[in-house]
Amino acid sequence: MRVLSALEHTSIAHESWIVKGKVSLFVPCFVDQLLPEVAVDTVKVLRRIGYEVDYPEDQTCCGQPAFNTGYWNEARPCAERFVRVFKHAAVIVCPSGSCVTMVRTFYPELLAKSALREDALAVSSRTYELSEFLVKVAAVTQVGATFPHAVTYHASCHGLRELHLRDEPLQLLRQVNGLKLIEMTRSEECCGFGGTFAAKFADISAAMGTSKAENVAATGAEYVTAIDPSCLLHLQGILGKRNAATRTIHLASILAQEDLPQKSPAQERP
Amino acid sequence: MSTAAQRFLQDAAVKSADLMHREVIRRGMDSYDAAHLKGRARIKDWEAARQKCQEIKREAINHLDRYLLQFEERVVARGGHVFWAANSEEACTYIKNLATRLNVRTVVKSKSMVTEEIHLGAALEKAGIKVWETDFGEFIVQLREEGPYHIVTPAMHLLRGQIAALFQEKLGQKIESDDPAYLMAVARRVLRQAFFSAEMGISGANFLVADAGVIAISTNEGNGRLCTSVPRIHVVVTGIEKVIPRLEDLAVLWPVLATSGTGQGITTYSTLIGGPRQPGEADGPEEFHVVLVDNGRSQLLADAEQREVLHCIRCGACLNICPVFRHVGGHTYGTTYPGPIGSVLTPHLNGIKEFKHLSYASSLCGACTSVCPVKIDLHHHLLQNRRNATEAGVTKPSERLMFRAWRHAMLHPGIYAAGGWLMRKSLRIAYGLGLAGSVLDPMRVWNRYRSPVPLPAESFRARWRRNRAVN
Repeated sequence: MRVLSALEHTSIAHESWIVKGKVSLFVPCFVDQLLPEVAVDTVKVLRRIGYEVDYPEDQTCCGQPAFNTGYWNEARPCAERFVRVFKHAAVIVCPSGSCVTMVRTFYPELLAKSALREDALAVSSRTYELSEFLVKVAAVTQVGATFPHAVTYHASCHGLRELHLRDEPLQLLRQVNGLKLIEMTRSEECCGFGGTFAAKFADISAAMGTSKAENVAATGAEYVTAIDPSCLLHLQGILGKRNAATRTIHLASILAQEDLPQKSPAQERP
Repeated sequence: MSTAAQRFLQDAAVKSADLMHREVIRRGMDSYDAAHLKGRARIKDWEAARQKCQEIKREAINHLDRYLLQFEERVVARGGHVFWAANSEEACTYIKNLATRLNVRTVVKSKSMVTEEIHLGAALEKAGIKVWETDFGEFIVQLREEGPYHIVTPAMHLLRGQIAALFQEKLGQKIESDDPAYLMAVARRVLRQAFFSAEMGISGANFLVADAGVIAISTNEGNGRLCTSVPRIHVVVTGIEKVIPRLEDLAVLWPVLATSGTGQGITTYSTLIGGPRQPGEADGPEEFHVVLVDNGRSQLLADAEQREVLHCIRCGACLNICPVFRHVGGHTYGTTYPGPIGSVLTPHLNGIKEFKHLSYASSLCGACTSVCPVKIDLHHHLLQNRRNATEAGVTKPSERLMFRAWRHAMLHPGIYAAGGWLMRKSLRIAYGLGLAGSVLDPMRVWNRYRSPVPLPAESFRARWRRNRAVN
């Protein structure tokens, strides 16, 4: 088995000499500011399977916070700006189902009367969530990752119900060496983040987060993962406050854990 | 006096921390979930059934005028009466006058959310008429002098011990057990007397069938049939959106309603009623009245973007799956219709200024939309309500200002990056001084229930600039 996985790794490493194409990275604003390692790990995974990664440095926010709070007139110029920044990108990849939903599902509505409408539709159709891109576009489920831990998966709402990504993240997780996937009760129920909802209705948001944390704890998993860093940011806070043993980790960060043949397991990062 | 929004926040805080309540609702919803999934599996192609129901309702709503007139014509031809009520007051006055004219002293009601919406019970009681709710759950909440907790299962928040104690207190008889069958038998004995003394029966309607000119009622306890056949007057109170084009539409709507409502293949009693007792018929009321209630619905009909909200068949599926409903409970909403459909509908029916908070009280998870049997895009309507609220200028000035500032930052990457750096830096210093969660902490609402967010020294963009994010 060890030899086999080493061989697989070699073939992946070998493939990466051939650049498959260029991917433009869309890094959500809060990931940029608070969870940069999620974006770093996204880059790592994309490079490992042979993509060249570009990060348009002019990007800021997709506009979702304003849009979801009803401030469409404030969200619109941000969306237009996003479209201009990414207009020439061949493929746009983002490690957040929620932010991709903003672009894919809501830009066509928000920018229906904008001069950039056509560009917005084109950009929308080229924007992918990371697991979606890996499985559906790159057609890769084995990315050469090793993560010898018990993990449970939380199905983030926007990825699940707006982008219809039910299996893609699980397909990737099942291919991670050493990973033990444990199913959670009500894995498809919202964690309670909901953007400004978390602040406007803090009591409800926290109660929902607590229910989710209890379901996570019941699995006995060491980690809870998801494709949305916002859910994880919220859950990490809830779990942290409860001094829970389970930690949060973004899917990209699991996929980024490499199984380098020269490294002994002791040297691997947890 | 506190506003509806303040009351909602207060009640939500209490209920969401009430672990007993959470457990009662969780148990109720778990059994619903199991039945619902089983019920859906019985239908060969659930998605096709939803699609069909959506098409039927869309056709009905798009030609509401034609189908309502057709329905009226058929009912009148059979000797029934149809009254068009523009609002609650008109509806209540019509029924109250009818009851007074015909010497009605006792009314039996089967379950109807529209009668809750127009506060019919209170209006009749005020006129000195005794009103009996005959649905078991409604009977219980009526004794408790509260509104229904849920549109399908009005007393789901109560344990049987509480119901036994309530009966003991309110019914003036010794209650010997909290066994559900026993409690139901007690209620049945009390209600049986009411059925045979009532001069008027009031029901709602699940559907108004235009081509047949009949109303369709679904109940599980048989009380609907007693209400509509024993008293000499039957009054149907219904929203105008309940009309459907054809009798054959029930072939899909009935099982889909039952499946979504309770997980049943079909509701126990499915009844069609088209008018008063006809010559040669053995039973049925002498008078038959249908009160068609508008009460803000035609305004919603005029809104092309949101008119599909009128498709709702009041099955309760969106309430059952909603994580917000599960945590705050039905009464917290403070509205006739709780849960996602209520949060979408209430700002339209009762005013966006007072009820906009309900459209914000959602994480937009979309679970409601995924189960709606008539495919109402519920969570997107919440977004549209929010947009309507900001455009109507009824949101907080401080919030408007904040989003204007936010826009300015997001349109200028330099300001955005510097602002982000400053925020992280200052929070790191503040938290280092132990100020997390204090009044000086801008993140204190977050930190009340959560450990502080990570505050990395370097943003991703800085790492990218430094070494293209290699490690």
